[in-house]
Amino acid sequence: MERRLFTYIWRHSFGEQLRVLALILLSLPFYFVSLNLPKLIVNGPIQGDGFADGASRTYFSVPLPDWLGGGHLFPGLSLDQMSALFALSFTFLGLVCVNGLFKYRINVMKGRMGERLLRRLRYELVDRILRFYPQRLRRVKPAEISSMVKDEVEPLGGFVGEAFATPAYLGGQALTAVIFIVLQNPLLGAIAVGIVSIQAFVIPYLRRPILALGRQRQLTARELSGRVGEIVDAAADIQANDTSNWERADITRRLGRIYDIRFEIYRRKFFVKFLNNFLAQVTPFFFYAVGGYFAIKGQLSIGQLVAVIAAYKDLPGPIKELLDWYLEKQDAQIKYEQVVEQFRADRLIDPAAHAPGDYAPLANEVEVREATVADETGARLLDAVSFAFGVTQHVAFVGPPGGGKEAAAALIARQMSVRSGTVVIGGQPIEGLPQSATGRRIAYVGQDAYVFGASLRDNLLYGIRNEPRCAAAHVGPALALAEARRLEDGLAGNAPFDIEADWLDYKALGIEGPAGVDWALMGVVTLAGLEADVFRFGLQGRFDPEEAPAVTERLLKARQLFKEREMTGDVDVVEPFDAALYNAQATIGENLLFGVAIGQTYAPQNLAQNRTVKHLLEESGLDAQLFTLGRGIAETMVEIFRGLPPDHPFFAQFSFIAAAELPLFETLLARLDAGQTVTPDQRARMIGLAFSYSEARHRLGLLDDEMRAKLLNVRRLFHERLPQHERAKIAFYDAAEYNEAASVEDNILFGRVVYGVPNAQARIEQILAEVIAELGLKDDIARIGLGFPCGAAGKRLAPSQRQRLALARALVKNPDLLVVNGALAVLDPSAQNEILKRVLTARTGRGVIWTLAPGQDASAFDNVVGFEGGRLAGAA
Amino acid sequence: MTIVEEVEALRRIPYFATMDPAKLKLLAFTSHRFSLPAGGVLCREGEPGDAAYIVMEGDADVIVTTEDGRRVVVATVPKNTFIGEMAVLRNVPRTATVVASSPLTALKVGKDAFFQLLRDVPQFALELMRELAERLEDTTVQLRDARAKIEAGGQD
Repeated sequence: MERRLFTYIWRHSFGEQLRVLALILLSLPFYFVSLNLPKLIVNGPIQGDGFADGASRTYFSVPLPDWLGGGHLFPGLSLDQMSALFALSFTFLGLVCVNGLFKYRINVMKGRMGERLLRRLRYELVDRILRFYPQRLRRVKPAEISSMVKDEVEPLGGFVGEAFATPAYLGGQALTAVIFIVLQNPLLGAIAVGIVSIQAFVIPYLRRPILALGRQRQLTARELSGRVGEIVDAAADIQANDTSNWERADITRRLGRIYDIRFEIYRRKFFVKFLNNFLAQVTPFFFYAVGGYFAIKGQLSIGQLVAVIAAYKDLPGPIKELLDWYLEKQDAQIKYEQVVEQFRADRLIDPAAHAPGDYAPLANEVEVREATVADETGARLLDAVSFAFGVTQHVAFVGPPGGGKEAAAALIARQMSVRSGTVVIGGQPIEGLPQSATGRRIAYVGQDAYVFGASLRDNLLYGIRNEPRCAAAHVGPALALAEARRLEDGLAGNAPFDIEADWLDYKALGIEGPAGVDWALMGVVTLAGLEADVFRFGLQGRFDPEEAPAVTERLLKARQLFKEREMTGDVDVVEPFDAALYNAQATIGENLLFGVAIGQTYAPQNLAQNRTVKHLLEESGLDAQLFTLGRGIAETMVEIFRGLPPDHPFFAQFSFIAAAELPLFETLLARLDAGQTVTPDQRARMIGLAFSYSEARHRLGLLDDEMRAKLLNVRRLFHERLPQHERAKIAFYDAAEYNEAASVEDNILFGRVVYGVPNAQARIEQILAEVIAELGLKDDIARIGLGFPCGAAGKRLAPSQRQRLALARALVKNPDLLVVNGALAVLDPSAQNEILKRVLTARTGRGVIWTLAPGQDASAFDNVVGFEGGRLAGAA
Repeated sequence: MTIVEEVEALRRIPYFATMDPAKLKLLAFTSHRFSLPAGGVLCREGEPGDAAYIVMEGDADVIVTTEDGRRVVVATVPKNTFIGEMAVLRNVPRTATVVASSPLTALKVGKDAFFQLLRDVPQFALELMRELAERLEDTTVQLRDARAKIEAGGQD
């Protein structure tokens, strides 16, 4: 990237910059004329010069310069005093419009230029991250670098438009005004120039330290953001080491430093501002005094004085903005340099290596020749190791942990690079292979594969989204929009790929098109031993009944069948939803709503604040009873949770009240005990507690039959009175309808699990499994499970699920060579062996490299390579 | 039966007799209460030990399957007893089956809650150690007797 911001800007936007400059040049004559008009108006029609006795004067004549033969291009109009006044005034109005339009047009062009360049810059920065070598990436702090791409370059975008246009435009304007003043009266001109010069030279001098401080501010703020990110990542370790106070001290020191810098900036900034204002306001003093003197002496017409003052009024604006521009320039240059510095790398991956296009299947042998690999500290992980095997072979890398097997596996997948020696695949050194070879023909699964914050399906398909395979089919207005977007992308130097195109490589999945994707994925998921989890996710997932009416019908059939089976048992394990009965297993809130809230309005935590609900409770007298119930809950919660530390897992698992709110309820209870009243909001909070209460589960002995009867009545009234437009916000329980807001499992159970029945869960699962198998719903539910959102960085998955997912993702690519490097480490050995066996069988005739833990059976492999202390331990 | 009654029942168990009432309430609140008819299985030999139980009403038999497949009642569990904690502590499958011999009410203390309790309530941990030490003592005595018998038999 260019070292200097101006070079960068000019290089990527000179065409647009020139167009803006031309427009500015064009606008200046109009500006000059608009300065001159007030003089003409005051001196001419207003003061009546030359209009004595109804005479008329000629205006608007356009003289031709002598070198064009002299004379007039336009002879002008002869106007009397009144007509001249209005003609000139309207011309003035016209010029105001013209100047405004020029300004608008120029600003729009500048803005567009800036946004394009900002877009290009951000894109280039991210592009560089994508092209960093792994070693370089290890030195990057994610929070810092993302804050650079997001925030720090933003002001640069604003500056781009100003880079050339502003000095030209404002400079031109200021110069025009100065020339105008000088032409009217040289002395006044000299005063104006003098004061402007002070502004132009002293103020930048005073502002220079501010810039230096600004740079420091940026650095400290960036470090702070890095530290905050680190604290979040290390939160558990901080708690575990009881070093939170150390972190507090560190943050305090940093904030203090930032405060000092910022305060210093303010102090200096306001002084400069003061000086600036003072200078600007002192100038008119000279104009009134000196200009007035000349006017009285008759050496300056009143019109000229008015015009000079008007022109001067326009002067500080441009000058000040010009100064701002200068500062901004300095600032932008510094920011740019700092950002570019952070993104500097000695070596970047060649863009050609990222070019789209499939690579021919790998063939022949993988040869490692005299390869030496070292880590950052210089310790040798592999020491001049040579071995070879066929690309289609199943090879086990064995040996003690850290003995070299891990480095060898990573090396072959180009996750590490050699210090000396080479790795050759099919006769080609892998250093020179494009990423389409290493990323598609080879699949690498390491120990800590990243899981994206997307659905399980998207995560599985991630490895086969290498390039757009089939352009998106846009029609009508969407097509024009897509075209325009593509054009704009190109102008900003962004990627030419359309995210809306179909990127999936169906061939890798062994299918023809989108229809078979889920089916193919389930095969791979089964290989990785993740199918039971996917099925479970499906049961817990939501399903849109409109999407597949046939499935909906079967799910409803499953509900019926489940009920029939469940009834044959000795004890009920599910208490079904019945509009006429109170469901003892469900909470009070659930019983009242008798449905599942869609969106926030009727969500359990908001129910007590809801107006309809509130009104009904008051009407039925339940209000006071629920308040007492809530108070009882609060008392118990405060009693049993008071002594626990706020981060205790019991809060999340069992408490009605979050740790942070416990003190609030404590004070609330104290107030009540003292006989004080509470606010309606506090009252609603207590009732909110009651809504989460279920007698069967919580056993506090707070709910009686009378209240249950009242609650049923409120349920009925609530359903009757709920306004039509609110009905879409609740999915009511209806035995004949699929409830789209409830999970698949809840839909089949259509009730709540009965508490106090041992093994109820096991029995439910057994019936569920039978019913699902009978109705052939398994695949449909698994498909819903594929939509399971994995959470940021896959946090919603257990570590073992993440590892299985990573393996499945590699298998989806159907690579020529699968490298599994300690990728299932968190699984127990028997599970690892099962998966190993299944994968090897499925990949007969396709290459596999697997690093085995000591003691793991390697008999199923064609070839075993042993490593110890970075050297070969004797190949078998 | 409400929490308050459960807490009263828990107090009668030696383990919990000296525990702070608020902690006992917490224990009751974080446990799952259930009932079994006579003959109902509380836990089964070989199943993962994912919970401990507190028998509050009724009693139960502890049954072990011998090597030749016979089922032998090795102990009876009266009410107010804490059982199943060994499997949880050692993270091993159940070593015996427990069957209710009369209608039974019990609290199920999940593994997580159990460990949390150990960590939070030193009294509980101490009581547990005392109980285990007593059992070890009993076993040692039995072992000594058994050995003495074998040695005596060997001399025959």
